[in-house]
Amino acid sequence: MTLPLFIPGDDPGPNFLGLLDRLGVGAFKPTGAFDAAQITHGTTVVAIRYANGVVMAGDRRATTGHLISHRSIEKVFPADSYSGIAIAGAAGPAMQMVRLFQLQLEHYEKVEGSPLSLDGKANQLSQMLRNHMPAAMQGLGVVPLFAGYDARQEQGRLFQFDMTGGRYEERDYAATGSGGLHASTVVKLRHHGGIEADEAIDVVVEALFQAADEDSATGGPDPVRGIYPVIATITAEGFERLADEDVASRTSTLISRLGGAS
Amino acid sequence: MSMPMYISPEQLMKDKADYARKGIARGRAAIGCTYADGVLLCAENPSNTLRKVSEIYDRIGFVGVGRYNEFDQLRIAGVRHADFKGYSFSRDDVDARSLANQYAQALGHNFTHEIKPLEVEMLVAEMSEEDGGDQLFHLLYDGTVMDMTSFVVIGGEADAIRERLEATWSREADLSAALSSAVGALAGPDRALVGDDLEVAILARQNGRRAFRRIEGDDLDALLA
Repeated sequence: MTLPLFIPGDDPGPNFLGLLDRLGVGAFKPTGAFDAAQITHGTTVVAIRYANGVVMAGDRRATTGHLISHRSIEKVFPADSYSGIAIAGAAGPAMQMVRLFQLQLEHYEKVEGSPLSLDGKANQLSQMLRNHMPAAMQGLGVVPLFAGYDARQEQGRLFQFDMTGGRYEERDYAATGSGGLHASTVVKLRHHGGIEADEAIDVVVEALFQAADEDSATGGPDPVRGIYPVIATITAEGFERLADEDVASRTSTLISRLGGAS
Repeated sequence: MSMPMYISPEQLMKDKADYARKGIARGRAAIGCTYADGVLLCAENPSNTLRKVSEIYDRIGFVGVGRYNEFDQLRIAGVRHADFKGYSFSRDDVDARSLANQYAQALGHNFTHEIKPLEVEMLVAEMSEEDGGDQLFHLLYDGTVMDMTSFVVIGGEADAIRERLEATWSREADLSAALSSAVGALAGPDRALVGDDLEVAILARQNGRRAFRRIEGDDLDALLA
């Protein structure tokens, strides 16, 4: 592994993906279609904007066809100190995309000496999805949510993407993955303009609970194994993941409200 | 018939070395030293935007002096090397020793094969998770590499600054004591340096994964007061 020095005309600049291309480890291009039933999929993620930030949440299940392949995978990650990414879709490429996206943001910040703007980060993710299109066409689609605290606008912002790299900024909430439709219905019914962090967290807990109730690929809370959704808030203080105990107690409050034994 | 010009290898190397040393001596100096919580990097740099001190990786910092475009290109190559290595293997596999060796190779190659040597002197610092394990690699324009665990002075008037720092440096010093000893050594007896003249950063054990933090503005003034 030698020192990557480039002549000015061929320099990849702050682009880590460009660097990988030049070092001969560029994007993976599948040559044939994959059978969806053979691919591990991550499922439901949801995010809500509130007064001074964004909350992101994801269930913990991964499925391969009709089988549960993992009970405790994570789908919500910090992208950098002030933004987060949540993923649904083919788990392998999605994890790889998260890793590359995190690296790209950090790489840019170190090479340039200052971080990308939030719009810049969202566009970067959009570009990565576009690069991934050939694989998406073969059945390896990835659909992320991206949220962050925009220091210039002093507010949390939320972006939804499609498989082709389309980038859509959402004002209130977004959900994606197989249980996304059910999750977003719950959020839609409970969301209001003045929602605060605490209430927004309770809403995503309920949204994922109800999605798991309707969709076989979404995992519900699992008190036997102590597995609960991953929930994180992003505010001016940065990305912060909630402790499992907090999510567990919110879940048991929800269950007793729904009339069950918690 | 024209005679090809002959220069003895000794003379050629000496001329190149003199040229590089002269270029480096013109610039202001920088210090890297270990202290109680990690590594302090401190450079005399009146510019707020053209950096001498930078982050390379989670626990690795960089200081360069001399010709800006040359050490900045090497800094970026270092970031690329580290990020690519961490991507290919694991974040734990990225270390300053391997980066310092890569720098030494590049500098040494340039010194022997190019007409103009690189007018740079650099420091690669790695903070260790354990007290006392911090490492400083001092790189010269010709590829010479030296490793230290106490302090390194690079740039103009390095010898005088090293002597002053020797008298005040201590591994157990806290941040403000370490900073005042570094700033005192950089300034010398006849000058006083204020926050605006300095570029300061630390690699500190309490900072989490990315240990590099710049100390600037009011925070720096408070520490210097």
